Amino acid sequence: MTSPVHGSAGSHAAGTRTDDATATSSPRTGAPVLEVEDLRVEFRSRGPVVNAVNGVSYAIAPGETMAILGESGCGKSVSAQAIMGILDVPPAHITGAIRFEGRDMLQMGAEDQRKIRGPGVSMIFQDALSALNPVYSVGDQIGEMFRAHRGTSKKEAKDRAVELMDRVRIPAARQRVDDYPHQFSGGMRQRVMIAMALALDPKVLIADEPTTALDVTVQAQVMDLLKDLQRDTGMGLILITHDLGVVNEVADRVAVMYAGKVVETGTIDDVFTRPAHPYTRGLMSSIPVLDGKGQRLNPIVGAPPSLARIPPGCSFHPRCPMARRGDGGRPDCTSDVPPLREVAAGRRAACHYSEELLHG
Amino acid sequence: MAADTTTGTAAGTGTGAGPDDGALLRARGLVRRYPAGRAGLRRRSVSAVDGVDLDLRAGEVLGVVGESGCGKSTLARMLVGLERPDAGTLAYRGTDVTRMRRAEHAVMRRGVQMVFQDPYASLDPRMTVEQVVAEPLAAARTGTRADRRRRAGELLELVGLSAGMLGRYPHQFSGGQRQRIGIARGLALEPSVLVCDEPVSALDVSVQAQVVNLLGRLRDELGLAVVFIAHDLSVVRHVADRVAVMYLGRVAEVGGADRVFDAPAHPYTRALLSASPSVDRAQRGRLGRREVLRGEPPSPADPPSGCRFRTRCALAVDRCAHEQPLLRLAAGDDPARTVACHRAEEVLTG
Repeated sequence: MTSPVHGSAGSHAAGTRTDDATATSSPRTGAPVLEVEDLRVEFRSRGPVVNAVNGVSYAIAPGETMAILGESGCGKSVSAQAIMGILDVPPAHITGAIRFEGRDMLQMGAEDQRKIRGPGVSMIFQDALSALNPVYSVGDQIGEMFRAHRGTSKKEAKDRAVELMDRVRIPAARQRVDDYPHQFSGGMRQRVMIAMALALDPKVLIADEPTTALDVTVQAQVMDLLKDLQRDTGMGLILITHDLGVVNEVADRVAVMYAGKVVETGTIDDVFTRPAHPYTRGLMSSIPVLDGKGQRLNPIVGAPPSLARIPPGCSFHPRCPMARRGDGGRPDCTSDVPPLREVAAGRRAACHYSEELLHG
Repeated sequence: MAADTTTGTAAGTGTGAGPDDGALLRARGLVRRYPAGRAGLRRRSVSAVDGVDLDLRAGEVLGVVGESGCGKSTLARMLVGLERPDAGTLAYRGTDVTRMRRAEHAVMRRGVQMVFQDPYASLDPRMTVEQVVAEPLAAARTGTRADRRRRAGELLELVGLSAGMLGRYPHQFSGGQRQRIGIARGLALEPSVLVCDEPVSALDVSVQAQVVNLLGRLRDELGLAVVFIAHDLSVVRHVADRVAVMYLGRVAEVGGADRVFDAPAHPYTRALLSASPSVDRAQRGRLGRREVLRGEPPSPADPPSGCRFRTRCALAVDRCAHEQPLLRLAAGDDPARTVACHRAEEVLTG
């Protein structure tokens, strides 16, 4: 809700801003196409308020792949759902700014928002079977994008649906355009959903656990497809996942989320080779390495907190091996909330003691 | 790792060694079919498991990996007696349990217990943890109520929870804690075999490692044999002594975990390994270099003739369509590994 950044000097203007997002070393970074700033989502219904997203900021540039990495309940999907306007308000209560090409979607009317969702930002989901309508053919569902947004005729919409199915490499598209979702395999259904999401040439695609329900061989095919489509269209890709292996393969940058907050962001090289947050480091050492063997895993103790009862101070402190009570004026992890701050060039972390992790 | 005595496989049948090598569980030619509607007047069926031979030795962890629909969960359910095989034999400590009467099944039930994938669905929400963990003891009419309570407390401590939690209900626990409760229940009858069907895949990454470490500790402390079924190759490599790779209801290869992962002998194993993303930065880009599998797994209702993998295999030749490859020792290979591929030698050398 501060100054619009569209048309500004792009990433180099980021120093004046408070979010973590734009100051990166990604070679592809131009002006961000989508920026989320201090996004907060609360759910208020019976019982305690659930703080699903607690001040998340990130931005994505054209052609860039940003991963949002976190475990269940960290708020990674809810933040994306807020962008797509698919949360029911109320009970959800959304504040902050979601700027698409500089315009804050949260300040727009419903009709203006609708014009962005689809041609501007679109989304695919983990479970393609439940995201697709079982009683319409896939051709109808893909074609509906053209009819709803562009007023295309039914026949033309079907032709465009076939083109898109070809583009996402569904074999024999012309023969299968009238088939129903249940007649496709899991991987093919995911391709149908990708076709729908790409129908209006979005500038940003949000992929929420797009391959989690798929087998690894099919997962690799779908990730290949997404990367190829991104190369062709120059869209920004926000990849929401818990899978560190997938992030390692495809992301340029990563934002690690925990308990509704971004705890660390940076280029994938920086974050994966030298984590600046103890949570990230804990995740990395929880994972057995395929090529290594016999090493003992070092899991993080405990479990992620309930979003209705987020611990005070650093929300990770009850599980953190580095957590300490402040002494001699040093920050107290149990009461002082660590801000997301720059800890090295182009990277930010929300830990009082990141420097200890980074420098020994 | 258990004493490895399967040199008998050199005979080429792949049926493992003689009867006295200490296999706790021995499956031979296990088949499980499900009805799948009709084709005209004929009833059709799907072979979810189609002729599986497998040995589980005392104290070892046997990993079973494969993608969805490969039959690994059906196999697990047969191993614990939740489903009866339609053909083949399953011997527990040398006794064929497939021909047993119901009453005799109790022997195997005590000896082979199961841990389920979903710790949310597999615990009755209306039962306290004490009831959940002591249920197998009560069902087996073991001890008095007080005995069972004490035992349930011990079991909770064994899996890293506290006996003070006995009165709580499942919803008061996190996913990882619930899976520990499921494991405690599985251990109640002091089984010699624990069959774990995707025990960590419903858990968060940071919690998975806790449960993996727990299973490793229980194996060491109790001398348990574990069948660890998973689709996550890196987890299986971490925990398993031996690994069986399944594809469409059959075993593609089985052998020592290091051997199978370091030098796969079946083209499917090789493709599976190369498609698994690594978290190691130095490995980034390996998916781009992976062996691309054509298409998707065929339907088990209509499996390809001969080798079931041939429709996706880059090495497939005519023979693969006509002749089903049996588990055998490939020339020059580690005798503890068998593979069901006509061209395994070429996979190994190239």
